[in-house]
Amino acid sequence: MPLHLDIVTPEKKVFSDSVDNVRLPGVDGELGVLPQHAGLVTALKPGELRYLHHGQVVTLAVGSGFAEITQDKVVVLTDMAMGEAEIDEQSTEEAIRRAQEKLKTVSHSMDAEEVAYLEGLISRSSAALHFKRKYRH
Amino acid sequence: MANLRDIRRRIKSVKNTAQITRAMQLVAAAKMKKAQDQALAGREYARHLTQVLADIRANFGEESHPLLERRNGGRELVLVISTDKGLCGPLNTNLAKAIRSGCSPDADFVTVGRKLRIWCEKLGRKVVADFTVKDPVPFQQVRPIAKFVTRQFLDGHYDKVSIAFTDFVNTLRQEPQVVTLLPVSAEAATEEAGTASADAASRDFLFEPDPAEVLGAILPLFINYEVYQAHVESRASEHSARMVAMKSATDNAKKFIKELTLEYNKLRQGAITAELLEITTAMKAME
Repeated sequence: MPLHLDIVTPEKKVFSDSVDNVRLPGVDGELGVLPQHAGLVTALKPGELRYLHHGQVVTLAVGSGFAEITQDKVVVLTDMAMGEAEIDEQSTEEAIRRAQEKLKTVSHSMDAEEVAYLEGLISRSSAALHFKRKYRH
Repeated sequence: MANLRDIRRRIKSVKNTAQITRAMQLVAAAKMKKAQDQALAGREYARHLTQVLADIRANFGEESHPLLERRNGGRELVLVISTDKGLCGPLNTNLAKAIRSGCSPDADFVTVGRKLRIWCEKLGRKVVADFTVKDPVPFQQVRPIAKFVTRQFLDGHYDKVSIAFTDFVNTLRQEPQVVTLLPVSAEAATEEAGTASADAASRDFLFEPDPAEVLGAILPLFINYEVYQAHVESRASEHSARMVAMKSATDNAKKFIKELTLEYNKLRQGAITAELLEITTAMKAME
């Protein structure tokens, strides 16, 4: 029985095909999914997502989001999903630095949403950076 | 009968108009491509989000989250997404019609876009807030709007929040729509998500870390994206409608120029013939 994986970000559909298994970075720890998994909805934290596709392990850096798991389907909704090649180390570092600075300087005048957004950006970018360094060729 | 100089002048002015509308058509076409891509790209995410919500909705009662709570009062707030500029065919008129038939007559408004804000003011409706959104639509600018209407709903100022926007079907077709945003209803979500959720809705789900937290995080996200998607759809519709309107204006101007040129040439020919006639008559008389 195949397991269908959809990875969707607001910008595009990153992946949609049958896979053999998926590993997700759930908020309560890493989560391995095989076909016939029980129905589960989980929040995701920024980290690594791995799946086995045609005998090949593919690894992506993902941001926070959700995953809906049914018996034959996994839908991952996240604000970022990038492969190693897509991550530009320098610009990511730059983005983290900018966000941190912004967070430091005007945090008292910003509303909670803005802060949450910046923090999300930082954790997402950090995950991407960590990922890039780990898998650099 | 118009004289030659009048016609020449008219041809010139129509030519100028055609030039302007053609330039606007090209600008709209360039923007349209971008806006359409954005609208189509966002659809997938919005659809999946709706689907997930529809699937898990069955596991919760109405009282489990304030955003799901259905109230009896009839106070309605309508978020209207129109355009800032005109010259986009019947887009705003159609949206206004849809609002008139789809919303309660004493609803208050939150507007994005100048055109229908003016319309609301003319009708003496109350405009609670007005937002401006840049082009192309940045997600960051849409979030405060979603936050504002959510707040209005949670504070109990309104019992229902609708959103009126123009759904982008294709370049030639845009459909005005009024949908309920708050309270988030299972029926609407299921309807929108379509077929596959029917069996999933009856399924039980596990939640990690726990149901309340998942729902608490997914609902605001859903509202943000619903509002965002409405914006990008409206924007794609606007540029498409403008492109089409400007194209037909350019075509009409060209047709008009052709007709005027024909008339001009006829007159010119007539004048020459008359002159020749006069000369030959004069020559005959001299013999």
